[in-house]
Amino acid sequence: MLGAQIAALGPHSTGQHTVTSLAVANPGSLIQSVDWVAIAPPLIAAVAALAVLVTDLFLAERHRKWLGRLTAAGLALALIALLPLTGGSPRATFCVQNVAGATDNAGCSYVADHFALVFQLLVLGGALIAALLSAHTVEDEKLPGGEYWFLLLSSATGAALLPASRDLATMVIALEVASLPAFALVALRRDGRGAEAALKFFVSSVTATAVMLLGIGFVYAASGSLHLGAVAQGLEHAPGQLKPLAEAGAVLTLVGFAFKVAAVPFHFWVPDTYTGAPLPVAGYLSVVGKAAGLSGLALATTIAFRPYAHTWGLALAVLAAVTMTVGNVGALRQRFDTRYSAVRLLAWSSVGQAGYLLVPLAAAGYAPTGVDPLGATAAYALIYGVVNLGAFGVVAAVGRRAGTSVDDFRGLFARRRWTALALAFFLLCLAGLPPGVIGLFGKVVVFRAAVDAGLGWLAVVMAVNVVVALYYYLLWTARLFAPAPDTEPVGEAEAERRLPAGLTATLGLTASVAVVLSFAPQLVLQVAGGSLF
Amino acid sequence: MNAVLIALLVLPLLGAALTLAPVFGPEPAAADRRALRLNSVVTGAVFLLTVALAAGFDHDEPARMQATTDVSWIPALNVRLHFGVDGVSLPLIVLTALLTFLCALYSEKRLPGGDARGGTPEGHRPSAKAFVGLFLLLEVGMLATFAVLDLLLFFLAFEIVLIPMYFLIARWGSGAKAPAANRFILYTLLGSAVMLLGFLLIGSKAGTFDMQALAAAHGSGLSHTTQVIAALAIMVGLAVKAPAWPLHSWLPDAHTAAPTVGSVLLAGVLLKMGTYGLVRVLLPVVPDGTATLAPYLGAFAAVGIVYGSLACLALARPGAKGDLKRLIAYSSVGHMGFVLLGIASLTPVGVNGALFANIAHGLITGLLFFVVGALKDRYGTADLDTLAGATGAALYGRAPRIGALLAFAAVASLGLPGLAGFWGELLAMFGAFDPADGLSRPAFVTYMVLAGLGTLLTAAYLLIVVKRVCMGDPKQPAPVDGLADLRPYEAVSWTPLAALTLLAGLWPALLLGLSDPAVKHLLGGG
Repeated sequence: MLGAQIAALGPHSTGQHTVTSLAVANPGSLIQSVDWVAIAPPLIAAVAALAVLVTDLFLAERHRKWLGRLTAAGLALALIALLPLTGGSPRATFCVQNVAGATDNAGCSYVADHFALVFQLLVLGGALIAALLSAHTVEDEKLPGGEYWFLLLSSATGAALLPASRDLATMVIALEVASLPAFALVALRRDGRGAEAALKFFVSSVTATAVMLLGIGFVYAASGSLHLGAVAQGLEHAPGQLKPLAEAGAVLTLVGFAFKVAAVPFHFWVPDTYTGAPLPVAGYLSVVGKAAGLSGLALATTIAFRPYAHTWGLALAVLAAVTMTVGNVGALRQRFDTRYSAVRLLAWSSVGQAGYLLVPLAAAGYAPTGVDPLGATAAYALIYGVVNLGAFGVVAAVGRRAGTSVDDFRGLFARRRWTALALAFFLLCLAGLPPGVIGLFGKVVVFRAAVDAGLGWLAVVMAVNVVVALYYYLLWTARLFAPAPDTEPVGEAEAERRLPAGLTATLGLTASVAVVLSFAPQLVLQVAGGSLF
Repeated sequence: MNAVLIALLVLPLLGAALTLAPVFGPEPAAADRRALRLNSVVTGAVFLLTVALAAGFDHDEPARMQATTDVSWIPALNVRLHFGVDGVSLPLIVLTALLTFLCALYSEKRLPGGDARGGTPEGHRPSAKAFVGLFLLLEVGMLATFAVLDLLLFFLAFEIVLIPMYFLIARWGSGAKAPAANRFILYTLLGSAVMLLGFLLIGSKAGTFDMQALAAAHGSGLSHTTQVIAALAIMVGLAVKAPAWPLHSWLPDAHTAAPTVGSVLLAGVLLKMGTYGLVRVLLPVVPDGTATLAPYLGAFAAVGIVYGSLACLALARPGAKGDLKRLIAYSSVGHMGFVLLGIASLTPVGVNGALFANIAHGLITGLLFFVVGALKDRYGTADLDTLAGATGAALYGRAPRIGALLAFAAVASLGLPGLAGFWGELLAMFGAFDPADGLSRPAFVTYMVLAGLGTLLTAAYLLIVVKRVCMGDPKQPAPVDGLADLRPYEAVSWTPLAALTLLAGLWPALLLGLSDPAVKHLLGGG
C-alpha cells in the first residue's frame, strides 16, 4: 500500500501542477480516507503473508503443516472479500483530486472495478489452487515451510494489487512484488536445476523491469503524469518535440509487461524455469504470473496509451500471432520420452495460450469506442487458469517425484481412472474440443473478438494454431488410454498410495469447476459480455 | 413434441455419463456385456423416439420448424438452445438414429477387437464400457447437428463428434489406425475452425446467430463482400467434412482403418453433416455469396465425381492391391460429388436431389460397409486381390446370402432405377442441367456431362467388384475354409437398410414430399 500512497501523493510533492507547501490552508485535505473494503483482497493476502512468517517462528516442526492451511485460509478469505465489491459502481481509493484531466476515477491509484475484480478473482483463486497443490510438495521436497508460504502469499498480493492499480508507479511496484518472491520460490528446490532456473528467470526479468522503468520515465517526462487516465490526456496534448520520447517510452513500458506474459521473444525462460521450479510454483507462474502481466499490459495499453491505439494494436496482433505460433511449434517439437517432458510441454503450451490471450488485447486497439474486447481476455484467462492448474495438479499427482515424462502417462486410465479422465478433460479444454465445452467457448470468445475487430488474418492464424495445438494435446490424451506398458514404471508402488488430501482437493475443485462451466458457460462468459471498466 | 426432441439428445448423453458410473458390476466380461446391452437399449429408445417424432410431425407443413425449443443458454455470446426439425432435417435424424441403433445391435455381438500390438492379450483390449460411452457421445453430436438452429450450437455439435470418432478409429480400428485417426481429426478440426470464423463474421455483421432469423433475413443486411467471405469460409469448412475434392484425402485412410461400425457411421452420418450444413446454413443465410461461389463448388463437385470413380477403377483392377473399404471410401467421394453438384445448382430440383442422395448414400454405403466389414472379419483382410484369388471370391457359391446382399448394395450404389441411389443423382444432374438464374448454364451443363461420365465409371468399377468378389470358381482354394454365411445378428442389422433402399427407390415421394416444401422455403420461395 505504501507504493500506492507515494504514487498518489507523487504529483503533489513534485509540484508538477500545484505546488503544495507544508503550510496548506486546509491540512485535512492531505489526510486520505482509505476505503478499506476496496483494498481488502490484496490487503488480506499481505496480512496473511506476515502472519505466516511470524507464526513460523513460534511453531514446532511437527505442526508446520498448519502454515499451509493458514495460507489457504488467508487466500480464501481474500476471495470472500471480493464479494462485497461486486455490486454497484466501482469503488476507488487513494485519490488525488487535482490531477490534470481528473474525471471520475482518473486521479485514483486504486480502483476496484470489474476488470480489477475479475483479475483478482483469477489471481487469488489461482494462488489458492497453487497453495492446495503445494501442501504435499513442501513436505515431500523438504522445502522451508515458513519461507515458501510467505513468498507465495507475497507474490499473490502483488499480483492482486496490479489489476486494481491505476498509476504507473503502483503498477511497477505491484509487478515487482509479484515477481521478486517468485524468483525465490523457483530457487527453493534444492538442486542444481532450481538455482539455474531461478537465475535465468531473475536476470531476464530484472532486465525487463529496468527497461520498463526507463520507459515509464520517458512517458512521465512526456505526459507529466503517472496516473493512467492523465497519461492518456497528456500524450494526446504532448508537444511535438516530445512525441518520439513518448512513443519510445510507451514501447519500452510494454516490453516489461510482455516479458511477464511470456510473449515471444521474451518466452525463452519459460520451459527451463518451469522444469526447474517446484511443480506447484510452475503452475502458479503459468497462471498467476501470466495474469498479472496480462492485466498490466491491458491497463497500460487500453487506458494510458489509448492515443496510440492503432500502433500497439498492430504490434500486439503481430506479437500474439508470433507467440502462439512459436509456443505451439515448440510444444510440437517436444519429445515425449525425455525427463521433464510433461512440464516442458505444459510450459510451451502456456506460451501458445499466452498468444491467444493477447488476441483480444490486440483487438482492443482496433475496436470502435463502446466495444470492449478485454472481457474476452478475462474470460479466457479464467478458463485457462482453472484447466491449466488442473493439468499441473494431475502431473503432480502422477509424478510425485519431479521429472515426469509424457510417456509415464501411458495407460494411466487403467491404473487411475478418475485422474486420467480429469487430465483428459483438462487437456481437451486446453485444446478447445468437446467434451471440454468451456475451452471451446473460451476460444469462440477470443475468435469473436478478433473477427469483430476486423483482424481476420489473426483469426486465421489462430485457427491454424488451434489445430496444431490439438495435435499434441491429443497425443497426450491418447497416451492416457493406451494399453499400459509391460514394464511397470519406477515408483509405481508409491504412486499406488492414496493421493494426498491437497492434491485430491485440487483435482476435485478444478475438475468440478470445469465441468460446471461446461454446462453453464454463462457463469464465466458473462465477463466477456459487457465492458469491464 | 419438443420434449421428444430434447429427450432424443439427453438420453444418449445420460447413457454416456452412466458408463462412467460403477453400475456394471465388478466382473469385466459381465460388465462389458451389460454395457453393450445398455448401448442397444439407449440407441433403440432413441430410434423409437425419432419414429414418434416422425409420426407426430405435421406432414402438411414440412417447411415449418416443428418441435421447437428456444431457451437462452449463454446470453453473453447470444447463444440460445434453439432446436427444431423440418422436412430437411427430419429424414436425417431418423437415418442417424436408425444407423446408430443398427450399429449398436451389431457391436453387441461383434465388438471391434482393437488389435493391440503383438496380439490381443485380454488385459490390453479396450473395454466395452469405453466403447459404449464414446458411441453414445457420438450419437449426441450427430443428432444435435441436425436438430440445432443456432450457428454456434451447430459448431459445437459439429465438434462433439470428433473426439469419439477419433478414439473409435485410434483404439478400435486396425492397420495404420493412429495416423489415420490423427489425419481425420486435424483435417476436420481445421475445417470447422475456418467454418467458425465464417459464422462469427455473420454473427458480427447480422447481430444474431439464430439460423431461423438469419434465414428469414435471407442475406439482407449483409454486404456482398461479407457474404462472399463468410460463404467461402463456411463452404471450405463444410467441404472438408463432406468431403469435396480436393479436401477429401483424410477420408480413405480413416475408412480403411476404422472399425466396421465406425465406417458405417462415418459414411452414413458424418459426411452428411457437411452437406446438411451447406443446405441449412449456406443457402438461406448468405444467398448472394453462395451464388457467387456456386460455379466453383459445382466444378469441384464434378471433378470429385470423376476423380472418385477413377480412383475406384484403379483400386478395383486385378493386382492393384486395392482395399475394399478404401474403394468404398473413394466411391463416397464420387457420390458426395453428386450431392454437392445438386446443391451448387441452387435450384429446388437440384437441392432436393442432393438431400435425397444424402439419405440414399447413407443407407447404401452403410450397407456396403457392413457387408465389407463382415468379409474383412471372415477373411482377416479386405484386400481385393487376396479375396478374389485367381478367379474371384465366389461368394455366390460359398456364402450366397452375403454375396447377394453385396451385389444388391453395389447395384443400388451405381444408381439402378428402382433403388434409392437412382433418384438423388438423377435429380442432381437435372438441377445442373437447368441451374438457377444468374449461374452460367454452359458451365453447369459441362458439369452435368462430367457427372454423367462419372455414373458410367461408377457402374464399371462396381460391376468389376461384384464380378471379382461374388463370382468365380467356388472350387478354387480359398484363403479361409468354411466361410460362414449370413449370421442372424447380421441379418437383423442389415435387412432394414436393404428394405429402406428398396422403399426409397420405389416410393421417392416419401422423402421428396418432405424435403421439397422445406427446400423451397430455404431457397427463398424459389
